[in-house]
Amino acid sequence: MHSVHSKPIEADASRDVGDDWPTALYDVLKAANVRSMSYVPDAGHSTLIKLFGADPEVVSNVLTTEEEGVAIAAGAWLGGTRSVLLMQSSGVGNCINMLSLPVMGRFPLLMIVTMRGEWAEFNPWQVPMGRATQAALEAVGIRVMRAETGKDVVETVEAAAALAYEADQQIAVLIGQRLLGRKKW
Amino acid sequence: MTDARTSPPGILPRRDVVSALLEGRENLLVVTGLGSPSYDVHAACDRDDNYYLWGAMGGAALVGLGLAQARPDKTVLVLTGDGEQLMAFGSLATIAVAAPKNLNVVVIDNQHFGETGMQASHTGHGVDLAEVARVCGFAETSTIRSMDDVIALRGAFARPASGPRLVVIKVAADNPPRSLPSRDAVYIKNRFRAHLGYGAG
Repeated sequence: MHSVHSKPIEADASRDVGDDWPTALYDVLKAANVRSMSYVPDAGHSTLIKLFGADPEVVSNVLTTEEEGVAIAAGAWLGGTRSVLLMQSSGVGNCINMLSLPVMGRFPLLMIVTMRGEWAEFNPWQVPMGRATQAALEAVGIRVMRAETGKDVVETVEAAAALAYEADQQIAVLIGQRLLGRKKW
Repeated sequence: MTDARTSPPGILPRRDVVSALLEGRENLLVVTGLGSPSYDVHAACDRDDNYYLWGAMGGAALVGLGLAQARPDKTVLVLTGDGEQLMAFGSLATIAVAAPKNLNVVVIDNQHFGETGMQASHTGHGVDLAEVARVCGFAETSTIRSMDDVIALRGAFARPASGPRLVVIKVAADNPPRSLPSRDAVYIKNRFRAHLGYGAG
């Protein structure tokens, strides 16, 4: 079995994690031996999707709806592969019943969720699911961790990856919209 | 004139179909959709290389996709029902784009939701899952209604494919006596992973 032994992110002086957290996130996930990535796109995930898509070591799957990725991750684990699932908060609602699979089977699950509807949101239709995201995940048995800064995101995902793959937990890391809102879309 | 919005019911007994498909299986990892397909596979043979779903409706073919991508050296067979696959309509697009060469999805199609009182499903009203898979981009698709074709399909699993296969097998809408696999999903997972040489977890 592989363990998470990535070098500390701060060791790379050439990189400002506060600004370039998506690239640091990619490094953390690769160091955690993630070899499968599934996604419904979000602007906040675009760098990560691009980096994984160009990586011949990682299988990428574009999904029609987010719950597909929950099932793919379980299948990948049956076959010895670690997966990550990327989505925005609206997609969490689509996942709820499918999450009974990793919860009941105690499959490692790492979801990285970019939040909408909670900070300087311009689209009111994002608000209800944004409000429900954490409660819905916790109600079905998923552990939620939140991150609000670039450095925080990287450290949180590194810890979440260890919890998921080493301790068989089902984890969603929610990335606050306050952080994403600073990016130019 | 025939009504294009109906499909004649199947006559094959589902247990015979599943037993014939799995007879003499080698190098075949099996994932089953909730309800009757799980019972059918359990009745045919309870083995370490079966993963049974008891819920997560719509997940079977995608568990198969993840497994097929993780283990390209193995052939994966998903056995599921028409209702389960209808809930995962979009998965046919996802699987077609992923294009695994070692994934076979077999829909045991009785044209009904058998677990909940045999309400009619869409496939009896002309929704053709094999045709949907074909236009999505599956490499091989067909709908079969005879035991000879079922036995021929068993041979196809051992043959390399250029992409994913989906085969609909029309079966009779009956409920054979239940043959229940363990509902302990952790146990079934660990048993399956141990079969492939992985540790518990």
